Amino acid sequence: MRTLKFILFVFCLSIACPAQAIDKAAVEKLALGEADERSAAIAALLAEGDPRTAALLQAVSEGDMQTAGKRVLIVKGEQATDAVSGEAVSPLPEGREDVVANNRLRREIEGALAAFKLLSPERTARLEAAKALAGGADAAMLPLVKKALEKETDPDIKPLLELTASSMEMKSGDKETRLAAIRRLGESNSPNSRTLLAEAVTDADEDIRIAAQKSLLAVQGKLAWGERAGLLFAGISLGSILLLAALGLAITYGLMGVINMAHGELIMIGAYTTYVVQVLFRKTNFFDWYLLLAVPASFIVAAAVGMVLERVVIRWLYGRPLETLLATWGISLMLIQSVRTLFGAANVQVENPAFMSGGIQAFAGVVLPWSRIGIIVFAALVLFLIYLLLTKTRLGLFVRGVTQNREMAACVGVHTGRVDMWAFGLGSGIAGLAGCALSQIGNVGPDLGQSYIVDSFMVVVFGGVGQLAGTVYAAMTLGFANKFLEAVSGAVIAKIVVLVFIIFFIQRRPQGLFAVKGRSVEA
Amino acid sequence: MYGARGWAVICLSSFIVFVIFPVLSLATPQDSAFHISQYWVTLLGKVMCFAIVAIAMDLVWGYTGILSLGHGLFFALGGYSMGMYLMRQIGREGQYQSDLPDFMVFLDWKELPWAWWNSDQFWWAALLVVLVPGLLALVFGFFAFRSRVKGVYFSIITQALTFAAMLLFFRNATGFGGNNGFTDFKRILGLPITTPETRMMLFTFTAFVLIATLLLARWIVTSKFGRVLTAIRDAETRVAFCGYNTVHYKLAIFTLSAVICGIAGALYVPQVGIINPSEMSPANSIEIAIWVAVGGRGTLTGAILGAGLVNFGKSYFTQAFPEYWLYALGLIFILVTLFLPQGVMGLLKKKT
Repeated sequence: MRTLKFILFVFCLSIACPAQAIDKAAVEKLALGEADERSAAIAALLAEGDPRTAALLQAVSEGDMQTAGKRVLIVKGEQATDAVSGEAVSPLPEGREDVVANNRLRREIEGALAAFKLLSPERTARLEAAKALAGGADAAMLPLVKKALEKETDPDIKPLLELTASSMEMKSGDKETRLAAIRRLGESNSPNSRTLLAEAVTDADEDIRIAAQKSLLAVQGKLAWGERAGLLFAGISLGSILLLAALGLAITYGLMGVINMAHGELIMIGAYTTYVVQVLFRKTNFFDWYLLLAVPASFIVAAAVGMVLERVVIRWLYGRPLETLLATWGISLMLIQSVRTLFGAANVQVENPAFMSGGIQAFAGVVLPWSRIGIIVFAALVLFLIYLLLTKTRLGLFVRGVTQNREMAACVGVHTGRVDMWAFGLGSGIAGLAGCALSQIGNVGPDLGQSYIVDSFMVVVFGGVGQLAGTVYAAMTLGFANKFLEAVSGAVIAKIVVLVFIIFFIQRRPQGLFAVKGRSVEA
Repeated sequence: MYGARGWAVICLSSFIVFVIFPVLSLATPQDSAFHISQYWVTLLGKVMCFAIVAIAMDLVWGYTGILSLGHGLFFALGGYSMGMYLMRQIGREGQYQSDLPDFMVFLDWKELPWAWWNSDQFWWAALLVVLVPGLLALVFGFFAFRSRVKGVYFSIITQALTFAAMLLFFRNATGFGGNNGFTDFKRILGLPITTPETRMMLFTFTAFVLIATLLLARWIVTSKFGRVLTAIRDAETRVAFCGYNTVHYKLAIFTLSAVICGIAGALYVPQVGIINPSEMSPANSIEIAIWVAVGGRGTLTGAILGAGLVNFGKSYFTQAFPEYWLYALGLIFILVTLFLPQGVMGLLKKKT
């Protein structure tokens, strides 16, 4: 009971006289001083780390600070408080003048306020502030950072702050401080410290050069693993995108033998369906859940378009692959133009749901975006479902039967025309799913499909026609090859090299990586 | 080769393009009802270049059954070879008054890359126009035909080749002007390139090449060599079992076709005044196939007719209703493959 009373007493006291006064001289300088003095005042206030400083700085940048003689006031509407003591002031003194903040000061205050969040009791706010500072901070904030460092216990935030502090100390004039900072940076594993150390390696002072060299090597060693892992992830990610784009084609071309040049446009239709669903959901409170509807919707819309195409055009061209190629190309042109007419020629914006944005920091300096992880999982899921569909269901059995021997399948009573339609619809629907996935990571525009059509054909042909497993291996191989080459030679050259490689590969092995064994001369 | 009627048509069209056209375009006053404007000279010149390409395509697709989606690449390579020469002909009249082409000054290059060696000589440019597409087709075709890549497979890998080349030419560092390509030409063979006289010379020369190509192609398809090509189209394995080495036949016609395309490209660039990597886009190569399909595969007249119909249609549509051109083109693709397997020539034959 006594304790409670005591707490109550302290509480009342803190309300009655709000905290001890903050540095009066600094506040006066901030309000009345010259430009440089004001910057210094901000630094001084920060170093003090008083919790009321934030409100004070906020007032300056919002234009709520006024002066009356030497007295500095924070005026909000009709209520005024003394900036130094924090006491309420009434009535308002006469002859007040506004404290004007220029842009430079506002910027400094903004930075200071961000840094001030380091002292916030909320972990997320602190983490965000630490991240912002790690990007590059003013040396004036060093005292504040050090103060925050003393209190900080969170394992995510502390190293960030240490890094920031070291990088600030690197810029200081004192040699010993710099050497200590360099040594500390050597223990970190962030790309920022590598940049800092790389700068220090060319320093005029020899001791610093040597120390920096040593630390740099240590950091690079740690970073190399992270980078390798990042490359691996990028490879898998690109591979799964290629896989999604090519899976539908593996069914329509690989199994049915239909050259569908409009495959890319079916992907585009899936992406636009996702866009429409997203727009519909934007007005509701369930925006984050729009993908739940967009995934089946894009499948159904693309599958329906595909089935109509099959019935109207492609059906008449079975057995004439070159004509199919031309006709489906014509279809693709018309689809592109209709989307342009409906949605305009410009790209449309598809917003990620909240859980797909951001990413996890798996290694030092390597952030794995959730959207990419989502696509890898999605691709695996789609692959698994197709596998089940083709091997465990009646439709799958029919599709495989018609592929292997159309006449015989017809003889035992399979309605081959209908199976064609369903299989084509399935392939198109998967293209739609690919479009839904692609809308989460890239631009959605009428030309979306054109950029994937060559890639998807390459994947299917490289993997070997008529084999889903081949498509998977091919997509992953090409994804890795592309990303690893990209690291060496740049994106465009990497792509060209991969294309030329496939061209030569097909000439060596026209049947692709995995071929269906047969004895036909024409195979 | 041709019957009396065929020769008569050829002679008549030669008379029109070599005599009537130049007279009407150059010797008549601007406001005369018979005057042919520069617009029409350029448009017709362009279409004749396309007709040459269509004949080349018809030789490999219509007669030999190889659907190449790389002919846009050969066309562009010929165009780039000529474009290099035209760029050098600008001399110091470019924006930066340098010996180097403007885009190189822009990239801060100090000397010409190796590929530009000797590019100020016309004979060298003419040689490149033939050699570059020809060699590429020879090497690519050799590997492809030897390993019996055929049908749709061949179409897809030629498309990949074209796509890869387009990406390559889009890079600034490749040294061919990046995505702007070559333009702003001033002279050809020392003559200013924009005057009506030079344009008419280019026009008549294109017409000459078109007629020569037609006669050459006609001679090929009526020869024994041409018969074997048609046989390969209809039953390749049977031809091979009869003792013919089909690889040689296919390689020969593919290479010849690529060379013709290159020449057409070289004629196209000075008349249109620009060449850039978008000429290599896969869409362009497929469009070539549709010219032939519209006119009628396996007939040379059909190829010329198809190129003319589609391209005049295109220039009309893109001016009158630019929104609907892709619908029209798409519909042509679908309708021709579904209902007109013999093209317009098939229709005409049915009536007579």
